[in-house]
Amino acid sequence: MRAIFLAFAVLCGTCIKVQAQDLQPLLQTHAEEVAKPSRRSVGVMLDDLVASGLPQVPRFLEQWAGRSVWQGPDGVFFFGTEDGDTLVLEDVDSGETRTVPDDGYTQLRPNGGVRRVIGTALVQFQLADPDIARRQSAVESIARRPAADQLAPLVASIDGEADEELRARKIQLANFLTARFGETAEARIEAINSLAADTSVEARSVLNQILTRDTGVASTEPEGNIARILDPMEAPDDFYAELVEAGFAPAQTGPATIRAALEANIDGGTVGGVPLAQLSTDAARERAYAALARDGLAPPLVTQTTRDAALAAFVFYELYDEDNAAITEAAEAALASVEQRVAFAQAADLALDGLSLASIYFLAAIGLAITFGVMGVINMAHGEFIMMGAYTGYVIQLFIPDYTIAILVALPVAFAVTFAAGVTMERLVIRHLYHRPLETLLATFGISIALQQLAKNIFGTQARPLTSPDWLSGAWVISDVIQISYIRIAIFVLALLFLALILFVLKRTRLGLEVRAVTQNPGMAASMGINPDRINMLTFGLGSGIAGIAGVAIGLYAKVTSEMGADYIVQSFMTVVVGGVGNVWGTLAGASLIGFLQKGIEWLNPSNTLAAQTYMILFIILFIQFRPKGIVALKGRAAAD
Amino acid sequence: MRQGFLYQNPSVLWFLAALGLFTVSVVMLSEVTGVAVVSTSFVKTLGKTLCLCLVAIAMDVVWGYCGILSLGHFAFFGIGGYAIGMWLMYARTEMIVLGSLEGQVIPPTPQEVSDAIGNQIFGVVGSSEFPLIWAFADSLFLQLLMVVLVPGLLALVFGWLAFRSRVTGVYLSILTQAMTLALSLYLFQNDSGLRGNNGLSGLQNIPGFEATSQAAISVVFFVASAVALGAGYVFFAWVVSGKMGSVIKGIRDNEARVRFLGYHVESYKLFVFTITAVVSGLAGALYYPQAGIINPGEIAPIASIYLAVWVAIGGRGRLYGAVIGAAFVSLLSSWFTGGGAPDIPLGFYTIQWTDWWLVLLGVSFVAVTLFFPKGIGGLFDYLVRKP
Repeated sequence: MRAIFLAFAVLCGTCIKVQAQDLQPLLQTHAEEVAKPSRRSVGVMLDDLVASGLPQVPRFLEQWAGRSVWQGPDGVFFFGTEDGDTLVLEDVDSGETRTVPDDGYTQLRPNGGVRRVIGTALVQFQLADPDIARRQSAVESIARRPAADQLAPLVASIDGEADEELRARKIQLANFLTARFGETAEARIEAINSLAADTSVEARSVLNQILTRDTGVASTEPEGNIARILDPMEAPDDFYAELVEAGFAPAQTGPATIRAALEANIDGGTVGGVPLAQLSTDAARERAYAALARDGLAPPLVTQTTRDAALAAFVFYELYDEDNAAITEAAEAALASVEQRVAFAQAADLALDGLSLASIYFLAAIGLAITFGVMGVINMAHGEFIMMGAYTGYVIQLFIPDYTIAILVALPVAFAVTFAAGVTMERLVIRHLYHRPLETLLATFGISIALQQLAKNIFGTQARPLTSPDWLSGAWVISDVIQISYIRIAIFVLALLFLALILFVLKRTRLGLEVRAVTQNPGMAASMGINPDRINMLTFGLGSGIAGIAGVAIGLYAKVTSEMGADYIVQSFMTVVVGGVGNVWGTLAGASLIGFLQKGIEWLNPSNTLAAQTYMILFIILFIQFRPKGIVALKGRAAAD
Repeated sequence: MRQGFLYQNPSVLWFLAALGLFTVSVVMLSEVTGVAVVSTSFVKTLGKTLCLCLVAIAMDVVWGYCGILSLGHFAFFGIGGYAIGMWLMYARTEMIVLGSLEGQVIPPTPQEVSDAIGNQIFGVVGSSEFPLIWAFADSLFLQLLMVVLVPGLLALVFGWLAFRSRVTGVYLSILTQAMTLALSLYLFQNDSGLRGNNGLSGLQNIPGFEATSQAAISVVFFVASAVALGAGYVFFAWVVSGKMGSVIKGIRDNEARVRFLGYHVESYKLFVFTITAVVSGLAGALYYPQAGIINPGEIAPIASIYLAVWVAIGGRGRLYGAVIGAAFVSLLSSWFTGGGAPDIPLGFYTIQWTDWWLVLLGVSFVAVTLFFPKGIGGLFDYLVRKP
């Protein structure tokens, strides 16, 4: 082969300059492995290529793995690009290109296994590549598919790494690889111990990989690094099935097997001496089957006693894939400590979730706290005001394409729209029903179904989007466990703003003073020159307007439908009632209690939000029994109905 | 005594006479007698309406007479429906399963039968095990007992808790609504043991009467509903008349005063709340075999509010008002939503009543509350001269 090449080189001396730093001669020495690589043999050749230190090697490996290397009829290797019937060839060393007809040229197609080996060899080049993007992608590819042979190149590349961030990532990754594939047990244990404080998903998966285990069954306790011995009586049927699979015991004779065996052996109206008509109980069937088994017509009956005896005769165990007990012990300890930290982080995450849910409930309920709590008016249409606010936001987004401006416009417009709706409703309906609270409830309910159906008629039944601006999308990621979306933070901030605003209006303004005066004693307030009608109207408008703004906020993270108000109305009433009527702080307390409670229950039973809501409502019903006036109960004369 | 009661309440006789006349004429005109002026499906609609009237009477007693605006009585109605539905579904599935297992050489064991039934019923929610609450589903008697016991006990416990801690007025309304919401949310779950969202279906097929035509079954249920309504009417008219009735109405008008007079208000309220819940459950047990299907959506809080709407439109505080309201609004509602009402072209827009009926209902409800607090029943006051 070499002789041919030399002859060829002499002949074509002008077109190929044979120099010491050329790749082609090196390729020709391994021509056969290059042309038809196999996973086993390719390693030697790759080592040679890598050892040569030639700058062309990484490019060649990439092209080779990418099936872009072609071999000419004379055995020379080119980078080639197919173009119809012709082939654009590029010299592996000089980079000269020429176009030839593709006759006689063969494309090299290394198989998947070989490509993986090539990829691994490539990694070390990429890790030291001057282009930081390629270094990063190499590091991430290692992170995705860690393997033992990547450890050495990775460690070697750390010293030369200029970028601080990437360097830190390389060190972290090298640590992960050391934990799994380190040379000595000491090095691995040291790496494993250093993972004990790392709650990232990656670190946990490294530890779990070290701790992978297999279950097995044997007559005596086996050699090896045993994780634990299992008690077969915990799930006897499952363990027995394992025993059967391992071939240590006859198959279980369940009701189906017995039935099949009986059906197969019917003999003139009886089976095993038992008449067919009597076979409608399990006991009779077992008797018949036992008779069949005695005659050798069926496998022996496995009763509970025989099953338990078989189970007792064998040892069921879990065996670590890792042989070194010291390493698995260290990994178990590290994992336990990690899991404890994760549990804390999850608790923190849960608290954040609860906080954001509480702020949503607070936003939904605060308007109600004003109309119901302060004025004593039940407004079942409150949910529909929330819906109106959300639809206002949606309509404004149709006209203003910039989402940021749209939201900023939507908030005051939603307030104005629902304020107007609230004032209209107060003037037309509620004013006449101030002394009949139950009838207010019913009348506002009538308004609620009318408004809901109106929204359905106008906007259709499908959900409308209320898109949040870009700067609100995404999430604030604190760690792999704790994260919270920006929208929820925004809602939290909005809730705080409203709390401050309402408190300010009620406690520090003339309007607030008059509202409180009318609430406490309308007659006295009127004789002091306050117009209770006007105050009631404004208060109701304020409460409704806030519902509109809450609607925009809720619409940002939930879907806008005509039924969205109904989803919040019961919860909102609960929030107000649990918190204590007539008190903004009470509403805050109620929203927090309900928000955190619901998240807490969901955490106990994560698959089932419906159940969480059910239990929460039951809890609230019980809670009302013990504190009928809510968490923050008014005292003295204000508490009188 | 009974003579005196009927003498004092002539409206009961009037009502019974009207109901009897109505029932007899519907039966005479139904498909069973061959006249077939009233179709089977309309007989079913009328039968269902009678059941709704019964639950409306119960609602009227608890709200119009006792002043407790319960937003949970339709939940009791639904529980009654579920209780009877469980037996109907179990018994019917059992027959089908036994029929299909009959051909087998080896007779099935009870376990195999039960497994097959479970598979049929719960396959739709990905399960085949019988939940604990189906323990009595194989017995009609026990399940009928459930129709009475479950709503009764639930109302008893809930009412005892609520009345004991003096939860009144709108708070009680919200609390009962919360109870209804909790129940419907619970039933919506697939692992509630009652087929989740799918509910119970095929209830119109009465086990043991496969050969009987639906026309005959519908008439039987219609008559049964009418009898139940008549009995319920007489019973509640008796409850709200006499001394106890006065106490109950006193509680509505001024609870504190009645308490100071020495009556144990909580016991009266609890009695009314529980007994109306039981009647609601019975009404549901009669309603759902005629409807054929029950699902958690039927129990949603909105249904209980509609119940209050019917009673308010019909006229609170008079039993015939509740009957009129329930019959009028529910029949009108099915006429409008069923496409029976003609569209109104306005030139630029056509009002389709399927879309606009709820708007009309909502607005007219507000109007009734504001301007006619006595409801439709109040019209009778003009007919009867006050003594």
